[in-house]
Amino acid sequence: MNSAEVLRQLSTVSASLFLLTSFALLAQRHMRAFLIWFSFQGILLGSLSAMVAYSTDSYELYVSAILAFFLKGILIPFLLWKIVIRLGVNREVETQINLFSTMLIGAILVLFSYYVSLPIQKTIMDMTRNIIAIGLACVLISMLIMITRRKAVTQVVGYLTLENSLFFTATAATHGMPLVVEIGVAFDVLIAVLIFGVFFFQIRKTFDSLDLRHLENKP
Amino acid sequence: MNLLNLLLILPFLTGGVLSVIPSSRLAVKLNVAACSLTFIISLGLALEVLKRGTIQFDDHAFFLDPFNIFLVCLTTFVATTTSIFSGTYMLHEEEIGKVTSNQLRHYHAMYQLFIFGMLLALTTNNIGVLWIAMELATLATVLLVALYRTRSAISAAWKYFILCGMGIALALFGTILIFTTSSHVLGHSNEALTWTLLYPIADQLDSSVLTIAFVFLMVGYGTKVGLFPMHSWLPDAHAEGPTPISAVLSGLLLNVALYALVRCKTLVDGATQNGLAGYLMMGFGLLSVMIAALSLHRQKDIKRMFSFSSIEHMGLMTFSFGIGTFLANFAALLHMTVHSLVKSGIFFTVGHAAQSSKTQIMKKIRGLINLQPGVGVGLLTGTIAIAGFPPFGVFTSEFLLITAALETYPWTVGIILPSLVIAFAGLFRHLHPMVFGIPAREQKLLRVNMLPVYIHLGIALLLGIFIPKFLANWFQIAAELLSRGNV
Repeated sequence: MNSAEVLRQLSTVSASLFLLTSFALLAQRHMRAFLIWFSFQGILLGSLSAMVAYSTDSYELYVSAILAFFLKGILIPFLLWKIVIRLGVNREVETQINLFSTMLIGAILVLFSYYVSLPIQKTIMDMTRNIIAIGLACVLISMLIMITRRKAVTQVVGYLTLENSLFFTATAATHGMPLVVEIGVAFDVLIAVLIFGVFFFQIRKTFDSLDLRHLENKP
Repeated sequence: MNLLNLLLILPFLTGGVLSVIPSSRLAVKLNVAACSLTFIISLGLALEVLKRGTIQFDDHAFFLDPFNIFLVCLTTFVATTTSIFSGTYMLHEEEIGKVTSNQLRHYHAMYQLFIFGMLLALTTNNIGVLWIAMELATLATVLLVALYRTRSAISAAWKYFILCGMGIALALFGTILIFTTSSHVLGHSNEALTWTLLYPIADQLDSSVLTIAFVFLMVGYGTKVGLFPMHSWLPDAHAEGPTPISAVLSGLLLNVALYALVRCKTLVDGATQNGLAGYLMMGFGLLSVMIAALSLHRQKDIKRMFSFSSIEHMGLMTFSFGIGTFLANFAALLHMTVHSLVKSGIFFTVGHAAQSSKTQIMKKIRGLINLQPGVGVGLLTGTIAIAGFPPFGVFTSEFLLITAALETYPWTVGIILPSLVIAFAGLFRHLHPMVFGIPAREQKLLRVNMLPVYIHLGIALLLGIFIPKFLANWFQIAAELLSRGNV
């Protein structure tokens, strides 16, 4: 087996793992487990980048692997956990609709993504179609997470999962975007997290709760 | 270091400096000075483009062509006049205690960062950097919308953040999809994301991938343009943020998002050759025009009403770019220019009107023409201009747009014309009592700075009567470029 073949298989494996983490996040009831899965997803992303970097000999990708590993695997989940503890919302994750239906919708989304990516010709690259389908599924599932959760923190994790899915698609399907873009995007995400942090405290101060239902009822 | 680098570095550095200047008065002056300087630099660049045509800087990293240069000038111009207006307005807000000087410091820093984001998005030659710059501009404005820290301001900002964050993430997915196919043609490097290199090879890209990509780009950047049904962040963000920010959001940021969308459309059209991108844009555009025109009637807040008018006009432009013929593109480019001038002018007057009446609720704003003739006349003229009366520029561009629609898809005129009439009725129904009604006692006189409004409306009037030759020439080249799809 040559290294391209190994890489292909490894990418497919990590794609399925990535989809698994998305579903795990969708199904999670507890804040702690929710953030642990989120961190696991970041680490998975980092290792996939490192793997691709190793097999394609691209130093640029090592940079983004390290970025993904430290930012998404460790720093952001840790910061979120700190915020959650400080705000005292480390309890159960409330959902709008029950978990079973949520999972079912998630499964339908996966089917839908495969259907959407059917017309992509196989000729470009053997596995691109699969990866795009899974990437799209993860994007849609992240949106589902954002829609079905009530608390601001879980909505933010949904947003970050969305970002993760995009990074994943970029790394697996195209062996990473150019370095400028990767760093720029990572930088934007970091700023977004900081702003989210500011917002949590603002929302808490003004509404006495992080429940987003309060945001809808204007005075 | 060339002029373009200076254009980008100046707002960025000023933003940094402004974040540490404690004195509000000094910050206001510096803000105006920096904006005017950026405007002067952009004029210098415009001269260069006039002489040399399309220019590339720093080894393909940035480029200026007739399509983006006029948007750069427009952006820096409106940013300058807004900074002048914002000076009077925000200092008054500080006086009445709505913002602290600390918040004002953030406000100025973010204002410059926002302008930096927009200029970067307009001048960059890289699709990925374009996305990053759009996101940066969004992040900067999120904090500006939340500036007043009231309940509704925070919930508006949260909505804006989440909706636009989600939307723009979809645009990144579209960008990644473009890269999956273009990296096979141009190699795995920045070149595969460079506009000027992508356009000539558009027909070699995989059309099925680009079709899917465009759907994502459409929804993604469309959210930022404020197209129905992704528009719901827009009225909230406009109504709750400080008025100068509503002016630049409506006048500039929506334009930049539309710019991104149109660039993508031209590329995708080159690859698919089936006009699907155009149909999508026409559909979204028509829907937005209709819904916004109807929603105008139901508004109670003056800034919300004018933000729905922005949705209507962005819909018109999207529709027009969607048609994609030479005339339609020309009309859309002209409409972009006059709309952003007139709409930001209107927001300036609305800001003064709301400040003197101490409310944004239209029922409580009455008799402006007796109380503050300057503001009343400004609001009236502005609304006449935006509703599309001759001889203002909006009339010219809407007339061209309808001509273009009649040439290609005549049935759409049956939707557009009634919508324009409905929107007109909606605007005047609310405007009439505000301008001519009997003033309430509690309204107080206030020193206002109407100069920016008159400048904006004056230029819009001028563009309605005659378009300067160089501008018409740029519009023609840009319209040609967009309808043919190569640079």
